[in-house]
Amino acid sequence: MAAKISYADVEVGTELPAQTFSVTRATLVQYAGASGDFNPIHWNEKFAVEVGLPDVIAHGMFTMAEAIRVVTDWAGDPGAVVEYGVRFTKPVVVPNDDKGATVEVSGKVAAKLDDNTVRVDLTATSAGQKVLGMSRAVVRLA
Amino acid sequence: MALDQSFVGRSYPPTDPYEVGREKIREFAEAVGDSNPVYTDPEAARALGHPDVIAPPTFVFAITFKAAGQVVQDPQLGLDYSRVVHGDQKFAYTRPVRAGDRLTVTSTIESIKSLAGNDILDVRGEVHDEAGEHVVTAVTKLVARAAEVG
Repeated sequence: MAAKISYADVEVGTELPAQTFSVTRATLVQYAGASGDFNPIHWNEKFAVEVGLPDVIAHGMFTMAEAIRVVTDWAGDPGAVVEYGVRFTKPVVVPNDDKGATVEVSGKVAAKLDDNTVRVDLTATSAGQKVLGMSRAVVRLA
Repeated sequence: MALDQSFVGRSYPPTDPYEVGREKIREFAEAVGDSNPVYTDPEAARALGHPDVIAPPTFVFAITFKAAGQVVQDPQLGLDYSRVVHGDQKFAYTRPVRAGDRLTVTSTIESIKSLAGNDILDVRGEVHDEAGEHVVTAVTKLVARAAEVG
């Protein structure tokens, strides 16, 4: 494990570089194939509406995978992540057009812990709404 | 109907090993748009101290969720899967998943709660490698929404 950020250089409140991720229907089809999650709410509008959703929604696990990139890109080594958890609070609604949806993710160091680890709290929003709650990662720094 | 509390603590037999392949990791990294070379280039992975390419942190969910199917589909438990949504997801890593791993998952029902007619189930998946060493623990909270009245 070889994070490129030094524990000594980080303080509570240190902000991680924010990122914006784009999600289109094509993204969801590709993620379905790669992850093996073929639930039709992620690609079939008719089905999604029938079960009470506004439209096709992104896989929660897709959003979770995007959000941690703020941490892994910052730390340099994704293997430095020792814990990661989220709550799926609101779906990311993905319209059937070439723009799709965007997810904005920011992160901040919330606590310095033992053993060169820090806790990062993440915020993920789409269309102005928080889509993840209690989104936290513990990462081991250099 | 509330789920039977006596299922708390029940463990299911370990799954057959899942062999993690480099190209599967590449496919997953591409699907999430992550171009970090540690996922695709063994040299880049070795430069960071990993013996082979590693998988993105959430990759293992595909394996643990499949394993959780034993719980979800246990007819004795009687969960109505058509009403289930994914509430929370947590991972605790001893080390990253990497190419060449042969991983088994042991699923355990960690808790069962009933809240406003919803059944809330925490399933813990302990992931071990071929040597029996712990790799990662995944905890998946599943919420079975209350059946509509009428």
